Amino acid sequence: MEILEFVRKPWPWYVAGPLIGLTVPALLLIGNKSFGISSSLRHICAACLPANISFFNYNWKREIWNLFFVAGILIGGFLATHFLANPEAVQISPQTVADLKALGIRDFSGMMPADIFNVANLFTLKGFVFFILGGFLVGFGTRMAGGCTSGHSIMGISNLQWPSLIATCCFMGGGFAMTHLILPHLMKLF
Amino acid sequence: MQKVDVEETLTSEVANDMQKPESLIANWKYGVVGILFGIVFVKAEIISWFRIQEMFRLQSFHMYGVIGSAILVGMVSIWLIKRFKIRTLAGEAIVLHPRKFSSGQVYGGLLFGLGWAITGACPGPLFAQIGSGFGVVVVTLLSAIAGTWVYGYFRSGLPQ
Repeated sequence: MEILEFVRKPWPWYVAGPLIGLTVPALLLIGNKSFGISSSLRHICAACLPANISFFNYNWKREIWNLFFVAGILIGGFLATHFLANPEAVQISPQTVADLKALGIRDFSGMMPADIFNVANLFTLKGFVFFILGGFLVGFGTRMAGGCTSGHSIMGISNLQWPSLIATCCFMGGGFAMTHLILPHLMKLF
Repeated sequence: MQKVDVEETLTSEVANDMQKPESLIANWKYGVVGILFGIVFVKAEIISWFRIQEMFRLQSFHMYGVIGSAILVGMVSIWLIKRFKIRTLAGEAIVLHPRKFSSGQVYGGLLFGLGWAITGACPGPLFAQIGSGFGVVVVTLLSAIAGTWVYGYFRSGLPQ
């Protein structure tokens, strides 16, 4: 019972980080697979709508392990939320709460702000910015950069590849720019 | 010629370097690793939009600790694999790919960063958010797939 209680609590970084890091050797040892997630989006394009574009014209079936992997992430998200959930709200820094309140966010009860991430916002300007534009930038940017936080920041840097370090610095740079320079203006629109 | 180019970009990203052919069913193992990974994403609140905001506002060490310790463990693992020439379960030599620098990593990286701070998710957490019951994130995922497709469509005219 005590173990279950421990598991239900939010896991600290020094538990979660090493477990994520172990994914790198796990995938290599099980089947010589290099860790990376954003490529799954490319495989989905290649499988569903290659449209004679050379970038999507490759043997995606050989990379199907990657689609099993992301399907697993989805199932893991379901299992953790339904069976191992922490009954309390996410404990974020009081400064962050104050900053976000100033931007107009009211609901701090879940993993995501319900004021933004709900279906009612789907066909509004807010929905367009947070779902359509945000998602598009994630898909376009990761493919242009050749990887995301997993492929570059974790796999690439672990393998001492300096281009991955540069990519990671740019990920962070883009995030800081959005958070501090653009988001305050965007939030005034709603 | 073009075919080679495509293969090269593929292998420089994520790659399956297993020589022995695997059946479709044999891929269940990667599904299991994914499940464990997804559980960690939720339990450490990495899928939380609030945690990502905290990170970009430098108001908590949590995400930096997660990413930093993940890199450290990955680094030590790869060093051990190289040092002791550890092989895969099937007995094959482990293949690691060098990454070539390109300006796409800078421009694409910045664009992804902008999106990361809005959606509160990199591609991995998108899948975990959907599994957690945030159904509306399916739209974000579809838009990310569309973004990848549009990149592929315009790729020849963009920095690579």
